[in-house]
Amino acid sequence: MLMISPRMASGMQEKQYTPSLLSFFIYNPKFGPREGEEEKKILFYHPIEIEKNEKIRNVGLCEAIVQFTRTFCPTKPAKSLHTQKNRQFFHEPEENYWMVMVVRNPMVEKPNKDGKPPTVEYQEEEIIDSVYGSVLQQCYSMYKLFNGTFSRAFEAGGVELLTQKLEKFFYRYLQTLHLQSCDLLDVFGGISFFPLDKMTYLKIQSFVNRVEESLSLVKYTAFLYNDQLIWSGLEQDDMRILYKYLTTSLFPRHTEPELAGRDSPLRPEVAGNLLHYGRFLTGPANLKDPDAKFRFPRIYVNTEDSYEELHLIVYKAMSAAVCFMVNVAVDLNREFCEQLDSLVGPQLTLLASDICEQYNINRRTSGPEKEPQFKFIYFNHMNLAEKSTIHMRKTASVSLTSVHSDLMKILGDINCDFARVDEDEEIIVKAMTDYWVVGKKSDQRELYVILNQKNANLIEVNEEVKRLCATQFNNIFFLD
Amino acid sequence: MYDEYYLELSENPVQFENASSVNNVFFDEANKQVFAVRSGGATGVVVKGPDDKSSVAFRMDDKGEVKCIKFSLGNKILAVQRTTKSVDFMNFIPDYPHLEFSHECKTKNASILGFCWTNWNEIVFVTDQGIEFYQVLPDKRTLKLLKSQSINVNWYMYCPETAVLLLSTTVQGNVLQPFAFKTATMSKMSKFEIELPAVPKPAKLSLSERDIAMATIYDQLYVMYLKHHSRTTNSPGAEVVLYHLPREGTCKKSHVLKLNTTGKFALNVVDNLVVVHHQSSQTSLIYDIKLRELDGALNVHQPVLPAQSINPYKIPHSGPAAAPSQAPVPCELYSSSWSVFQPDIIISASEGYLWYLQVKLQPTLNLLQDKGKLMDFLLRRRDCKMVILSVCSQMLTGGDKGNLSVVATVFDKLNQVYKEYLDAEQAYTAAMESGPSRSSTSYKRPVRTQAVIDQSDMYTHVLSDFTEKKGVKHKFIIAVLMEYIRSLNQFQIPVQHYLYELVIKTLVQHNLFYMLHQFLQYHVLSDSKPLACLLLSLESTYPPAHQLSLDMLKRLSTANDEIVEVLLSKQQVLGALRFIRSVGAHDNVSARKFLDAARQTNDTMLFYTIFRFFEQRNMRLRGNPGFNQGEHCEEHVAYFKQVYGENALMKQATA
Repeated sequence: MLMISPRMASGMQEKQYTPSLLSFFIYNPKFGPREGEEEKKILFYHPIEIEKNEKIRNVGLCEAIVQFTRTFCPTKPAKSLHTQKNRQFFHEPEENYWMVMVVRNPMVEKPNKDGKPPTVEYQEEEIIDSVYGSVLQQCYSMYKLFNGTFSRAFEAGGVELLTQKLEKFFYRYLQTLHLQSCDLLDVFGGISFFPLDKMTYLKIQSFVNRVEESLSLVKYTAFLYNDQLIWSGLEQDDMRILYKYLTTSLFPRHTEPELAGRDSPLRPEVAGNLLHYGRFLTGPANLKDPDAKFRFPRIYVNTEDSYEELHLIVYKAMSAAVCFMVNVAVDLNREFCEQLDSLVGPQLTLLASDICEQYNINRRTSGPEKEPQFKFIYFNHMNLAEKSTIHMRKTASVSLTSVHSDLMKILGDINCDFARVDEDEEIIVKAMTDYWVVGKKSDQRELYVILNQKNANLIEVNEEVKRLCATQFNNIFFLD
Repeated sequence: MYDEYYLELSENPVQFENASSVNNVFFDEANKQVFAVRSGGATGVVVKGPDDKSSVAFRMDDKGEVKCIKFSLGNKILAVQRTTKSVDFMNFIPDYPHLEFSHECKTKNASILGFCWTNWNEIVFVTDQGIEFYQVLPDKRTLKLLKSQSINVNWYMYCPETAVLLLSTTVQGNVLQPFAFKTATMSKMSKFEIELPAVPKPAKLSLSERDIAMATIYDQLYVMYLKHHSRTTNSPGAEVVLYHLPREGTCKKSHVLKLNTTGKFALNVVDNLVVVHHQSSQTSLIYDIKLRELDGALNVHQPVLPAQSINPYKIPHSGPAAAPSQAPVPCELYSSSWSVFQPDIIISASEGYLWYLQVKLQPTLNLLQDKGKLMDFLLRRRDCKMVILSVCSQMLTGGDKGNLSVVATVFDKLNQVYKEYLDAEQAYTAAMESGPSRSSTSYKRPVRTQAVIDQSDMYTHVLSDFTEKKGVKHKFIIAVLMEYIRSLNQFQIPVQHYLYELVIKTLVQHNLFYMLHQFLQYHVLSDSKPLACLLLSLESTYPPAHQLSLDMLKRLSTANDEIVEVLLSKQQVLGALRFIRSVGAHDNVSARKFLDAARQTNDTMLFYTIFRFFEQRNMRLRGNPGFNQGEHCEEHVAYFKQVYGENALMKQATA
């Protein structure tokens, strides 16, 4: 399929507004079914300043839309509502619990010469449903990771507890949503895996198994290096959201002190006669501190069946981070933390330097890193493996891309096309800016390539992508 | 308690007539024969060897008291010493004259201390003034002197295994002069001095032959010196000092075995272990000179195991004529009438028994808590295989905490030995292939000792049972399997498919598909066709297995046919065709196979495409779009005509 993407000519003194969050609310229609009790339905509403009646009106509208559209397709309720100024996203993560996110469309403000107020032009087509739909789902997953399900909270402490939890969580969480930089990667919600040779991987396995054996309290372990996953004892879906939390929230918060601490403030710990660089990212900041608190964040996993509540211990030595998950019934005290520190610290330090060494060897043998002619995003639905040369390193605030948002938009559109059909397909798009964008779908894998070749024709682009697959993906089965 | 005896006497001792006033008993260490000489030989000499073949009975004239009697190697010639001046000989070779002949030592005024056979026809006389090395000429009934050496000799000792003769010289007797013998040659080795605990004044003979023994341990000859506790020094007990006697070079003090007690001792060497018997406590200690002590000075050894008596032994019948109903009599162990010979022989002359001392490995399992040390110990023993395997089984089901690192240590030790053997085997094969003519003697096929525990041994005797065991946590099972695979990888030993199968089976049983997925992602389970097929079979329970399997087949690069089959079975006909074209094998595939698959999809457009593709192929290959008889595509051609009409068939290009 060949498409030519439309590209608007950019004006001169125009002011561009990126998409932003207008409101976000959670309601359950069953909580206030009678007239006059509508307010009871609302469990959370952002922004909080909105007047009560308006809240009720907005919730009522959403309810109505969902009810109305349900008559057309009872199994797939409405997911979004497009209007000129904004777009609303609906999500029902648990029965009767609805989450709604209203995003203001991006807009261009054009100044008018004769002192008139500027004309506002809404770009209602720039927002991709799947991207923001995924963002909304992620909001729920993240909430659930730290708070468990809505219904469990309701069962435990009624509406009061539930609203309390929602407010506590979303008040902070919504501030970290950066809607302007959401893109295809949010749709995938993938995991970046650290490339590693078999032997080093087996050493890590061995390390994890031994630690789990000697600290029998540890139920699950996850191992990361350079913010990339190597091993997860958690199931895939739980790991997916935990990974998101670690890489976009916890790790970035600790990068700064780490970089600064190379020389002075963070001294290596001495356990026995072994030097180590291990430290807790959650829990006690400093074990030596007599007032250290041994409180760890709690997470909820396997909520579908066993519904486990766990302490999340994140321990890091150099670039290697390990998450130990311990049943919440266990009281984690100083003794446990010291034991963990002295057991894991030296081993992890050693392992981290092993991995680093191995990684450098592999990099050297694979030749010097050249900036390739193309940029790509790869995603595998089976193991959630994701690889992007488009995105810069993620930071706490924004994920930076190295390509123009128009190209990202094309990627999103291709992805939507892929989602519609089951079969393998390939889409090649010539963008206005001399870029070629190629999307390939083979079985459960998707690959998006952006090529910058000015006068290339379709055949050459096709050949180029074939070459890319042969060099970058020669060890997987990828139909061409 | 029974289980703790780690030493035992051989079950079938050599029986002989016990020593008495009329029956003298001699033992020859070289042939391991016991001579029972009745009345100086007149009423018979009965020779009992380790097997029936070496047992002989004969008569000889009583020409005086026998001091020493020995056969040459292979029972060819008998030598008897009756006086201090001469040795008498008797041919036992068929067709040779049976008459005795005698030979006097050539040194005047010397008295013969004894003699030893170094070959079937070579003998050394040891006198107080030196040694005389002769060749016996049985047909001529004379001896020919090959070589002699003058030296003052206090006593001598001979090690038949290495043909090394040791002479005690000097007044104190502590300077030992070894000689090595080899067909018709005798070479003097460098002498060495045994350090005495105290130097007596005036000087007198202080080193007794009772305190010296020679034995080969780990293929090296050692002189073992039993250094008694001396009151003047502060040593807490006696010790055995080992002097390494190399073929060439000087003899060096190499190991010290701490006995931690005093009293009367005797030494044996069994399975490369030094066994020290302590008479007063009626116990024995064993030492392994290769076992490094964690603390303390290098090469100072403590007993491997706690002191223990030899397993109590019951003599089945009291004498050869005993009635079968008679109850077995307990044998007195550590009796003062026992004589101990190297390397592993214990003789009770008064009871008429010769035993071989044996080490039982099974009890060491419970006696040696440190599994790593235990493994080191066992790997060097002869009949160790089953014991090692039972150690492995035991440690896996023992359920001790911190077990996994022990398991890892044990696996590493096993695989180190396994790897050494594989390397040796490979080097041998390579040497054979490069040309057997060249130095074929220097390349001996490596011997596979029992210590080589390969993957199939582990699988059959340890791992497969262990994974089936009830009550073992699956987490631990998987950890153990991964640990074994890690260890194999660490020693670069290719992992056998059945181990992977075991891992997969265990993971699948516990629904740990995500774990499996991760292992495959990091290629921990190496690619192979069988593994890919196994994955394919998992697809119904775990759909991603399909992708994993295809990836694996792709990486194998020899499995293109399999990939096509998989894709066709999924009705991905076009995908299969594109794949086969991408690997350049589309000229050789069966058209019928693809057409069959295309027909099954009931997608006429797809069928048209596939059909056309093959018509074009035919055209390109043979210049004719039609299918050959052998391709069996008639049915599909008919179908094509039926759907699209005859005119739709590709026309032959008119040249």
